[in-house]
Amino acid sequence: MAETTESSHQEDDGAGRRDFLGMLTVATAGVGGAAFMWPLISSFNPSADVLALASTEVNLDALEVGQSITVIWRGKPVFIRRRTPEEISEAENVSLDELIDPQSDEDRVENPEFLIMVGVCTHLGCVPLGQKSGETKGEFGGWFCPCHGSHYDTSGRIRKGPAPTNLPVPEYVFLNDTTVKIG
Amino acid sequence: MQSDSADPEFKGIVKWIDRRLPIFTMLHKEYMVFPVPKNLNYFWSFGALASITLIVMILTGFFLAAQYQASTADAFNSVERIMRDVNYGWLIRYVHMNGASMFFIVVYIHIFRGLYYGSYKEPRELLWILGVVILVLMMGTAFMGYVLPWGQMSLWGATVITNLFSAFPLVGEPIVTWLWGGFSVDNPTLNRFFALHYLLPFVIFAVVFLHVAALHIPGSNNPDGIDPKGPADTVNFHPFMTSKDMIGIVVYLMVFAGLVFYAPNFLGHPDNYIPANPLQTPPHIVPEWYFLPYYAILRAFTDDWWFFQIFLGWWMDAKLAGVLAMFGSLVLLAALPWLDTSRVRSCRYRPYYKWAIAVFVINFLILGWVGGKPAEEPYVLISQLSTLYYFFHFLVLTPVLGWIERPKPLPASIGMPVSTPAE
Repeated sequence: MAETTESSHQEDDGAGRRDFLGMLTVATAGVGGAAFMWPLISSFNPSADVLALASTEVNLDALEVGQSITVIWRGKPVFIRRRTPEEISEAENVSLDELIDPQSDEDRVENPEFLIMVGVCTHLGCVPLGQKSGETKGEFGGWFCPCHGSHYDTSGRIRKGPAPTNLPVPEYVFLNDTTVKIG
Repeated sequence: MQSDSADPEFKGIVKWIDRRLPIFTMLHKEYMVFPVPKNLNYFWSFGALASITLIVMILTGFFLAAQYQASTADAFNSVERIMRDVNYGWLIRYVHMNGASMFFIVVYIHIFRGLYYGSYKEPRELLWILGVVILVLMMGTAFMGYVLPWGQMSLWGATVITNLFSAFPLVGEPIVTWLWGGFSVDNPTLNRFFALHYLLPFVIFAVVFLHVAALHIPGSNNPDGIDPKGPADTVNFHPFMTSKDMIGIVVYLMVFAGLVFYAPNFLGHPDNYIPANPLQTPPHIVPEWYFLPYYAILRAFTDDWWFFQIFLGWWMDAKLAGVLAMFGSLVLLAALPWLDTSRVRSCRYRPYYKWAIAVFVINFLILGWVGGKPAEEPYVLISQLSTLYYFFHFLVLTPVLGWIERPKPLPASIGMPVSTPAE
């Protein structure tokens, strides 16, 4: 009896140790495999050459009041509109309660005359209409995204439609009165 | 009708190979003497049609890849070069382009067959789920293939679809940047989409193999939805199903050829013959026709929709709701074996569910129709009602009808389809 107990005890012990070694092997292989996945996954993120194209300088000399231009920054269109006094007052006089993504106009501009923002609809990334003179500006006089019907006001804030947030304002500084550096 | 299923006698080189790797025995068992229900109709040929289309796509795809240049500077021109300068390039590209549409037509009919005759029910649940996996892989592959010519719809379709992932809180934006390899859909994106577009068809091929393997365990369902009771209810796959499939294949190839030779751009979009321009969104972005129903579901969720405001608006934004609904519409399809509570498979014996399926198909077609329309009234309202009905069908109608419907009496066997009243 004692022998049997001892041998079965030994067998149990052996099995437990083998299980442990097995688990250790699988865990090591698993961690190793996962660690090897990291460089592969990371290679899909923006590469150094893409990140290097960080900033753009724009001359605003030729831009008249009421006109807009579109420039490319990081592969995306950036809208610059020299707003009319009516557009500025319209943007400033909206009550924040009416807004889907409340933000005051002065938080979105350095100089109220120049509205600068990324011209990519925050819904699914189309370029909204309203930059060129013939294009529809939507129900709020700003921009209108034709893809899924988002309306933006004269401060680029979302007012109606599926987009969740306002058109984003990129980092920028005025190098002098008529030159702006985006990014 | 059944020949005996004893192992076949091979001779010579075939015998030599078969003793070492029994592929000939396997082919004999699975494709020659494999028993299929003797009442299969032409709906059962669509699996074979889909397999053939997959092979046509891989074959033509290889020859296109051999001429294509995956860079934003050259992609559009390289496709035009295929069309104008490469020997038979126009044919290879038109077959590949329309092959994608034919693939989806065939697969949608194949899915409808499964829905109508209850092919997803026990014991074929895993077979069905593998089918949904194939559908999702096909969608990914087709979407990335459409990006490759780098036309306006390529760029803007890719922009809209990749942006879907930005709807997820916190991880959304990093995921989109990761997918793009930059800050917009650009050269790195085109390169990886080409790589994936070449890889995924082989993944599809592997899942199709599992799909067929899972089919060959219980065997085919049939229009009566009852299990064969014995050899009297079945015929051998060859020559019965092979010859029937051949007729289907000939008709299919005629339709395919008609599209390729007479209306090669009918299902495409003219805007994709304009080179991609990152500064100008086309006035009306539409995905390829086979995505339109899902696109309609995506767009149905707007901030001012009462349904969204009451049930979802307080814990997610409209964009996330649309994205979840779109993915959810496919998840529900995979969950169908558990949502359908009826034990009767075939709609032949389900007097109410039969009509529910008909309405579901019509509703799906309506979703496809509004998905191609601009985001304005009355299309928004129609897409919202149709979206609600899509989910109502799966989540309410299907389980409830299974409980309350009284099915017609099932025949005693496939060989005796007209049931006689019990004496």
